Parts: sequence; structure tokens; C-alpha cells
Amino acid sequence: MIHSLFLVNSSGDIFLEKHWKSVVSRSVCDYFFEAQERASEPENVPPVIPTPHHYLISVLRHRIYFVAVIQSEVPPLFVIEFLHRVVDTFQDYFGVCTEAAIKDNVVVVYELLEEMLDNGFPLATESNILKELIKPPTILRTVVNTITGSTNVGEQLPTGQLSVVPWRRTGVKYTNNEAYFDVVEEIDAIIDKSGSTITAEIQGVIDACVKLSGMPDLTLSFMNPRLLDDVSFHPCVRFKRWEAERILSFIPPDGNFRLLSYHVSSQNLVAIPVYVKHNITFREGSSQGRFELTLGPKQTMGKAVESVLVSSQLPRGVLNVNLNPSQGTYTFDPVTKLLSWDVGKINPQKLPSLKGSMSLQAGASKPDENPTINIQFKIQQMAISGLKVNRLDMYGEKYKPFKGIKYMTKAGKVPEGRRDEAALP
Amino acid sequence: MTDSKYFTTTKKGEIFELKAELNSDKKEKKKEAVKKVIASMTVGKDVSALFPDVVNCMQTDNLELKKLVYLYLMNYAKSQPDMAIMAVNTFVKDCEDPNPLIRALAVRTMGCIRVDKITEYLCEPLRKCLKDEDPYVRKTAAVCVAKLHDINAQLVEDQGFLDTLKDLISDSNPMVVANAVAALSEIAESHPNSNLLDLNPQTINKLLTALNECTEWGQIFILDCLANYTPRDDRESQSICERVTPRLSHANSAVVLSAVKVLMKFMEMLPKDLDYYGTLLKKLAPPLVTLLSAEPELQYVALRNINLIVQKRPEILKHEMKVFFVKYNDPIYVKLEKLDIMIRLASQANIAQVLAELKEYATEVDVDFVRKAVRAIGRCAIKVEQSAERCVSTLLDLIQTKVNYVVQEAIVVIKDIFRKYPNKYESVIATLCENLDSLDEPEARAAMIWIVGEYAERIDNADELLESFLEGFHDESTQVQLQLLTAIVKLFLKKPTETQELVQQVLSLATQDSDNPDLRDRGYIYWRLLSTDPVAAKEVVLAEKPLISEETDLIEPTLLDELICHIGSLASVYHKPPSAFVEGSRGVQHKRLPPRSGSGESTESPEGAHSGGAAIPEAVPAVIPSQGDLLGDLLNLDLGPPTTGVAPAPTSAMQMGAMDLLGGGLDSLMGDDSEPLGGDIGGSPAIGAGFGGTPAVMPASLNAPVGGGLGDLFDLGGGVGTTTSAYVAPKTVWLLAMKAKGLEIAGTFSRRGGVIHMELSLTNKAMSVMTDFAIQFNRNSFGLAPAGPLQVLTPLSPNQTTEVSLPLSTVGPVMKMEPLNNLQVAVKNNIDVFYFSCLYPISILFVEDGKMERQVFLATWKDIPNENEAQFHIKDCHLNSDAASSKLQSSNIFTIAKRTVDNQDMLYQSIKLTNGIWVLAELRLQAGNSNYTLSLKCRAPEVSQCVLQCYETVLKN
Repeated sequence: MIHSLFLVNSSGDIFLEKHWKSVVSRSVCDYFFEAQERASEPENVPPVIPTPHHYLISVLRHRIYFVAVIQSEVPPLFVIEFLHRVVDTFQDYFGVCTEAAIKDNVVVVYELLEEMLDNGFPLATESNILKELIKPPTILRTVVNTITGSTNVGEQLPTGQLSVVPWRRTGVKYTNNEAYFDVVEEIDAIIDKSGSTITAEIQGVIDACVKLSGMPDLTLSFMNPRLLDDVSFHPCVRFKRWEAERILSFIPPDGNFRLLSYHVSSQNLVAIPVYVKHNITFREGSSQGRFELTLGPKQTMGKAVESVLVSSQLPRGVLNVNLNPSQGTYTFDPVTKLLSWDVGKINPQKLPSLKGSMSLQAGASKPDENPTINIQFKIQQMAISGLKVNRLDMYGEKYKPFKGIKYMTKAGKVPEGRRDEAALP
Repeated sequence: MTDSKYFTTTKKGEIFELKAELNSDKKEKKKEAVKKVIASMTVGKDVSALFPDVVNCMQTDNLELKKLVYLYLMNYAKSQPDMAIMAVNTFVKDCEDPNPLIRALAVRTMGCIRVDKITEYLCEPLRKCLKDEDPYVRKTAAVCVAKLHDINAQLVEDQGFLDTLKDLISDSNPMVVANAVAALSEIAESHPNSNLLDLNPQTINKLLTALNECTEWGQIFILDCLANYTPRDDRESQSICERVTPRLSHANSAVVLSAVKVLMKFMEMLPKDLDYYGTLLKKLAPPLVTLLSAEPELQYVALRNINLIVQKRPEILKHEMKVFFVKYNDPIYVKLEKLDIMIRLASQANIAQVLAELKEYATEVDVDFVRKAVRAIGRCAIKVEQSAERCVSTLLDLIQTKVNYVVQEAIVVIKDIFRKYPNKYESVIATLCENLDSLDEPEARAAMIWIVGEYAERIDNADELLESFLEGFHDESTQVQLQLLTAIVKLFLKKPTETQELVQQVLSLATQDSDNPDLRDRGYIYWRLLSTDPVAAKEVVLAEKPLISEETDLIEPTLLDELICHIGSLASVYHKPPSAFVEGSRGVQHKRLPPRSGSGESTESPEGAHSGGAAIPEAVPAVIPSQGDLLGDLLNLDLGPPTTGVAPAPTSAMQMGAMDLLGGGLDSLMGDDSEPLGGDIGGSPAIGAGFGGTPAVMPASLNAPVGGGLGDLFDLGGGVGTTTSAYVAPKTVWLLAMKAKGLEIAGTFSRRGGVIHMELSLTNKAMSVMTDFAIQFNRNSFGLAPAGPLQVLTPLSPNQTTEVSLPLSTVGPVMKMEPLNNLQVAVKNNIDVFYFSCLYPISILFVEDGKMERQVFLATWKDIPNENEAQFHIKDCHLNSDAASSKLQSSNIFTIAKRTVDNQDMLYQSIKLTNGIWVLAELRLQAGNSNYTLSLKCRAPEVSQCVLQCYETVLKN
């Protein structure tokens, strides 16, 4: 099981260590630092590093490496999932998960870590339960504690800990009962030069913010549940019911949680909501090149494409660019050769374009004419997969809650990339 | 006001100050002080000196302060065991506290204090807590047993805690069950044979019930435990699978992967024709795909596991190729893993897509990734035969980019493609050679050298290329040195005439000037092979290589099965069995997949998994049997007077099994190569001299006879064949003295006055006199047999040479040999029986009455089917048609007619062999052109090659 945890900042200093079994010398992290040195980018440090006596499993979040030390055969995913949970908890407690925030709250961090893991076994990782055991620091509470001398550690056994719904505490009371659901879809696509899609997939989540009194039992049904064939549920969802009726039935945790995440694969046809036309040319022997790029919306069902951001890594030979955007602003970093263009909203009547010339290094050979172009965007009020919630019902409580559903589509972690020529002879 | 203030006190008297604060009367001040102590502890400062003061704060009703003190205790109790005892009383008291939270906290903390003296006091409270009415306390106590076991295993067993723990598996609370399972699993890991988790259908049922209700972490423990169970039959297996499947939709990826493990394992038991089996296969794909949209670290672990799953059951993900396409911002470790899986999933159906992707990757920035992409293209070529051509052309395109590391990788993989598809893509060698100078990595240099050596006969300047590498021999890495040595030896065996100096140079570099034992040994092995038995050398060095298997890096099936049982674990990430690397897992039991209970079907393994290693042993038997038969034949020879025919085998001869059947002389090597026998002679002395003059490192016994023998031989060379007008090749050594206890035999064949003679030179290089010589031939293609006894009249004294001419008849037993003109000979003397084989020129079989009538010739020429015609080119001959005609006539090749068309002379010739086979020939000569064209027609086309050799030897001498 998990032996120890080291938190390492981006400059390579260990700023927190916690041991759940015997103390492991921090020199074990030298192996990690070695790997860190070898990696070209911070995110390229391998997640599992063997050392002669231990294994180091690390995740990089918010520019902090969370390095777990294990000694025996432990499922690495278990460790990684746990580390993610630690990060989420910190974020939940302190608003941000930064070195400063952790140092500011080091005692709470320590209490949390102690509560989350016992002898390497996870103990309480649900934010609801943790918050009953250790109260999150707020300015008001700090002041109150200082005056009254009370503590921020709960004296009572958390009620949810042993119930059949461990994710929900009892005795929740709100004056305004409300339940909000956000359907957020991210689209990842790679498109080749000719405009045909190489891969396209949709990652969707339904995030919920439920503030309901008592023990509400909710059901959520969809217009088109067939889309959801690859889903991961929050433990509160009754799987049997889903299997049989394709209805989400659950007693929700209190507050914010992720109800469901799903994956719509490329087999179901995924339409890309924007298109790019580009023309980048270099002439042999000339120190000038042409750059032209036009964006346009496509299949957005009348919804506006917003917060569009185009970025492209231009070839190394490009010294500078002189471009003229029809809207928005652009920047070019001559060191990293990164061109980024903040387009804003796409107006279908007047398509945004970016045109101009590039100056090249004298004497350099003709650069590659097909740099990768990435596009970020958002579309409100639309889920690109077409997923739609049918209705939300509540049982078990008498009051009438306020319900709300919001849809959004955005470009994923990997936005549309335009690669050069991929067609085969 | 934040906790960071605790870090700011860095004055010298810090500890002292803290001490004062800890002993303060004010509660608040105390707590602040403990917090400061904890803060110092978290950053690794040593605050153990404050131990007694902190422990004093323990007795408090403030839960937070208590917790903080406990935190401190856990960290430092080990270094202050005597002081820690002071805390015991409080612990024991807290275990009786009415608040379950405090009871649990106390038992939990006690377990974390790794001090023997404390553990003794722990037993009683722990026993109570294990039976506590509150499940929260019970589940904490369950983990505590595992902690205690880690500190003092004997104590846990003696106190019977293990049995209590087992009882907890039947607890009413799922969380308690999960923790009990986790604790037992951890204990079982250090006691592989303890049979702690005695799984039976009842407990399994309890676990499955708890599975649905416990936390995600508990689910992981239970699933991992389930995976160790072996169901009784396929029905039980199916019902477990059905109850585990919902876990595939869990948000926690560790739960998903543990569920996949259980399913993959139990699936093995399901009959394949079962509907449910297919359903299950379909259900496995989506969760695996979903794992790939998680954070990169999770992706990495998932990909390593998918790599195993794809090898075990390729059908699960065969349609999901696209999710493995690399995204430009994937971390490098994810990219590399994805590439690996792409290759595994590559098939004829998707190869075009895959190649297009790979070509993209090969132009990216990251060097490691680009290299792997280039390699992947090569692996595609090897895996999907239809794509090979496209892959090769893609690789050539990449070589044209001249990007150094791309070129090097491309050359390394092209080498593999050559191994897989010999004689198909060698046209690219020229392009490869152009890039010779840019290669600076050992692997690429070695690959290039291998290619040059392997295809030396097609590369005109192979010797120059290899020589250029040889200049910096000692600066090369071992890999390159070894390859260079082998390549030059190959070159020598293929082009012996031009490369003796080179081979000698590399052999002496390897054996004399190198400190590397591998290199030196390989050098000696080649040297001895070459000097004692060049035919054997050829068999060894130029042996046909087994085709490389489709996927060289497939995991061996039994290991794969074991790893499938460890999906989701570290073992699955490293693709090694846990016993190989996990510390503290003393003698972990190897897990096996359960056998399929259905129709006794054997566990299927991925296609081609076994082809890698097996190919080599297969290849060997193919060579041995034919030689083995011959061995038997030879041993059955009667060594008495030849006229008596075959007699029962003398048992003494049977003991000669060790003789080298591959044996032969240098001449047979050259004969094999279908190069003119005579033409080689010019080069041979150099070889002899080369070896003769070689360093003293060579054992003297090896050195002297060889060099000397060759010297002797060439002294004699000129005088032998002069008595007859027909060409007779100079004698060559057939039997080396060192192989025949001092008897050296050199010889040649001639035809004089219609009688075939074997001209032998017997040299005694031993210390004692040799007598009682006798000779016998093995059955051969044309029935050659000695026509009389071997006439060695006087005993052969040491260092004496005697010349014998043995008349041969062609009435002996016939057996087709390979090559056709191979003759295996046994010679006996008073010392022992020796065996050797030699090649005779087929011209000794050409009879004097071989001149055919013109009409008959025309009719026969038409009569013999065209398939039987063989056409050859004889190079570098400078005779006119008449001179050629008369030269050939003396070897019984008769010119029947001559025609001149367009300045081209055509000689029509006939040959008759002793066994009555006719060979018809048309020889075309053009004035001013030294290349002749020879067309041979014969009803037995096998002889054509031998006849050609005769033409060449006769015309060129």
C-alpha cells in the first residue's frame, strides 16, 4: 500500500512529506529527480519509476509533483486515483492547489492526509465526509476559533461514513432547494490537410450542483440514451436501473459532484462544428512567405461559436510575421515561434480571417508548409453529440426544487489539429 | 493568519522556544506550539528532541490537539521507544472511550507506532476493537491487524487475530468486509502459502454482495481478491462475471481495471461458443477506450495493460485503432505506448491509416518518438506482408530527408525487413550505401555492416566499404566490431579471391589487438573454421537464417497468461512476473489462468507467438538428416581390397562417428562457389601464406601443418598434369594432417588414355611410419570406384611424400550426391581410418567416343525439351573459336559443326558421359568480346552446372 507521499515543486524541492508506515528517507526522491532531469518537458516524467527498494508513482498537477512511494505490489492506478483525490480535496478545501496554499494550511493538509489514508489503506476520501471530520478553513472560522479556542476538527463520527449512502451526510437543510446540471462536451479531433477527419471523439460529463434538503432521490432521463454506451458513473448511480431502463436513478451527494462521464466514439459520426481554410506558402530562395487563414462555423444548429482561439507552431525558419486579422488580436512569439490568434466570436456573415506575410531567416531552406493548427472554442447551449435531458424528477421529499440544465460544447484537451498531408498514394 | 507562520521561526533557539510553549498553561498556546512542531516535521526538520513535551500534551479533551500529538507520535516513537511507553496508558484509556471516533483513532495510532514494547500492550485493546459494536471501529481495527502483522507477525498468529480477521469477511457491514479483505491480502502477500484467503463459493458470494455497497477503494480490494479465486465450473465463472460487469462503468479507473482483470481471467473458463462470451467481449472494449481519455498518468498504466490485453485477446480492441492515434500534446511516455499498441493492432484492414499516421510521427520534433515511429514502420512491414512494399518506400522517403537519426533508425529496420523478405527489396541497398558516412550510432553502423556482409555478392565495392569501417576498428563499439568481423568473414567466403588480406587483417585485429573476450573468441572460431574446414565455415557463417517472426517483442505465452492475472498491478506495467521484481514478496506463487472447462480446447495463443524461438531448432534438423544418412553409408564401407565389394561394417569404424562430414578442402569451397577451379589457385597461395605467416598466437599445431601443407602443394602443382593434353587441375589438399593423425592427402583427377585416374600425394606428417594403405569410395553419382588397390609400395616414413595414381572405374554403386560431383572417400592405414570428401571435375567422365553424328545432333537437339536448356555466360576468355575447339577436344568435348553468323562463331559440340548421358552444347564466341555464351541441352539437366565448370576450367587454362 502507499507508504509515503512527497510533494515536489517545479524547482525540484520537496516541500512536504508524509509517511503512513515507517519513515522513508527523502533520498528516495533522487531517482525521481533523475527522471525529471532526463525529461524534456515537466509533463514527460514517467508516472512509474522503479528504484532498488521502492516504486515511485507520481502525478503532476498544478505544477506540483505528487510522488507516492510504494514498496509492495500495489495497483498503480489505485495510487494515481488516490493522488488525484488528494489534489481534488486540496482544491476543494483551499480553493487552489498551489505550493503557497498547501504551505499556508500545512496542518490541515497533514490532518487531511492522515484522515484519507491509514497504513496505506484509503480511509475517507469523500469530500462530504472529510468536511465533517475536518472543517475547511475560512477566514470567519479562523477568527472564531482564535476567540473561542474551539477547533476545526469535528468531534462526532461522520454520519455518512457507515451508511449505505456514504457520499451523503444526513440532516442537510437549505432554504432554497436547487439542482443544477451542466452537460459539458469536449470534442477532440485531428483533421488532415485536405479537411477529412482522422479521428474525432467526444468526451462528455454531466457535472451537478445539488443543494437539496433531506434525502432526495432523483431520477434523470434522456431523450436519446442510446448515445451513452460508454459511461462511468458516480457511485451513487443505481446501475441496475440504468441497465434495465436507461434512467439515472440516484441519491445525490451534497454539493458539487460529477454524476457521469461518457465517451462518444468516432464510430458514431461526430460532426466538427468549425472549419479552417488555410494557405501557407514559402517560395524557394525567397525570404518571404504568405500566410492566410479563414475560419467558419459548420453544423452548429444556429448556436454561436465563441471564445475562439487559434494557435499554431510556425516552422523554425520563420523570423517574424506581419499579419492582419479581420477581427480579434494576434501575437507571435519569435522565440517559441508560437502564433496565437484570439478570434472571439465567429460571425457567420463575416468570416474571421488572418492574412499577411512572414519573414524568413535568410538562407534557410524552405520550411515545412504544414504546421499544426489548434483551435479552441466554446458553443453554449448545445451538446455536439446531440445528448438531451428529458426530465428530472425527485422522490422522497415533499418540497419543490428549482431545477436547471445547461449545455456546452468546447474543444477538448487536444483541439483540432491540422496535420500536414496524411493521404496515402 | 495562516499556517505558513509556523515555518518562519528559524532562530537558533527555536527548539528551546517551542519547549517553553509546549509546557505553557494556556491550551491555545499549547496547540499552536504543537502545530509548529508538526509543521517542522512535515518539511523534514528533526524535532524529536521535543518528544516528552509533546507527549505531555496528549491527555486532553481537545480532539484536534490529540490528533496532532498522535501524528507526532507516529513519526518519532521509533526513535524514542522508552518515551513512547509513556503514551501507552493514554492509548489504552482512549480505546475505552464512549466516542467511537476516539476508540478508532487510538487503535489506529497504536498500530502505527512501530515499537515492540508498545505492540504488546496493543493486543488487548485490538481484540476488543475487532469485536466493537461500531463498524467504524471494526474496520479500523481490521487494518490495524495488518499493521501489527508487519511489525510482529508471530504475535498476530499467536493471538489468533488472523481468525478474527477471517470472521470479519462475513461481517454485516460492507466497509468492514472490504478492509478485512485488504488486510488479509496484504498479510497473504508476505505469506504466500498460508492460505489465509480461503475462498469458497460462500465467501465469494459475501464478497460479491459487499462489492456493490462498499467504497471504491474497497471495491478494488475485493476485486483483486476475487481474481485469485478459481471457479469450479463455467457456470459459476459466468455468474461471477455477470456480477462484476457493472464495475466496468465505475468512475474510478482502478476499479475498472481490477474488474477487467477478473473478467479477463474468468473468461478463460467460458466456452467460446457461449453467447455470453461474445457479450462479454463487447462489454470490455468501451471501458478500456474510456481509460484513454483520462489523465496521462492513468493513460500510461492503462496502455501498458491494454498492451497485454491486445496480445491475449486481439479481438476486443481490433476496431478501436483510432483511439490509439497519438495526440500532439500527449506526454512522450503515452506516445510511445500508443505506438506500440498501434503496431499490435495493425492489420491488412487498417494498415493504410496506420502508415499515414506513422509517417506523420516520423516528422515530429521529439527524437525518441520519431525513432520509435520509424521502427514502427519497419514492424508494420514485417507484420503485414501486403504493406511491406509501401513501408519500404516510406522508409526510403524518410532516408531522403537526411535527418541523421531518422536515417539511422531506417537502416536498422530495413535490416529486419531484409531478414523477413529476403531477395525482395535488395534494390534499395544502393540508397543505403549512400548514407554510410552519416551513420554514427553503433546500432545503425552494425546494421549497415550486416547488410553489406550479407549481400556482399551484390555490392561491387563491399570490400572497400568494409575496409573503410576497419580503419577505426578499435574505436568502434563491441556490437560494431563483432558485426564487422562476421561481415568480413562472410565477404571472404563469398569472394575469397579478393579479400584474403582484409579477412586476415580483421582476424588479427580481433584476436591480437582486442581485449574483448567475445570478440577474441569469435575471431578464433572463425579463424579455425576457415583454416581447418572452409566448407564448414561456409555452412556455419553463411547458413540460411530463419525468417524473423512477425512480432519479435511478443510476450512469451506463459508469462502473458501470468501477467493477465496481474492486470492493473505493477507487474503489468513492467511486463515482468511479480516474483521478478517486487521486494518482500518472498516466493510469490505464480498465478495461472484457469483452464477452459468446455470442450478441452487448449488455451489459444496469439498467432505467431511461438514462431520466434522455434524456427531455429527447426532449421537445424533440416541440415542434419541428409548428412546423417551419408554418415551411415560411409561407416558401412568395407576398407578391404576394393574388388570384394561391400562387406559387413567393421565395428571399429563405427566409433569414428566423430569425423567431420562437412569436411573438404579449399577446393571444394571454391568449387561450391562455381568459380573456376584454376582461377582460384592464384589466390590460394596467398591464403596459405597468410595463414602460415600469422601470429604466434595461433597454436603451433594448427598453424604449421596448414601453411606447410599448402606450400608443399604448390610446389608440386605445376608438374602433375603435364603428361596429358587434357587439362588437369593442380592437386589440392583433401585431407588435412591434423585431422588424420598426421596423414595429409592432396590430390586431383585426370583422364589418361580413356582411364580415369585419381592422382594422390600422401604425406606423412606424423612421427611414426605409416603402412597398410587402403582406399574406398562411398556410393556416388556416377559410380566411381577404385579399379585396383591403393599401391603404396613402401612404408611411408615421417616427412615423406609419395605419389600414387589410382585408376578408377565407373561400375561402382550409384547414389545421387549433392553436389553431383561430390565424392566421399575413406582412407585407411595402420593408424586409423580417415574420411574426406572431394569434388571431381566432371570432364574425367567425358568418353573418347563422344562425337555425335551431325544428323543425330540436330535431331537430338530438337528432341530435348526446351526446359532442359541451360544458358551460361563464360567471362574473360580470350581464345578464338579454333583454339577453343581444340582445347575442348582434348578434354573430349567434340566440335561437330561450326557456323559463323554476323561475325559470331557458333560451335556445336557434343559430350558423352561414362554412364551414356549425352550433353549437347552450343558455344557462341564473338571476336573482340571475351564473354562466351554457352547453351547446354541434356536429358539430365542436373549435369549442366558441372559441365559448365568444365568448360570454364578447360577454356581458361
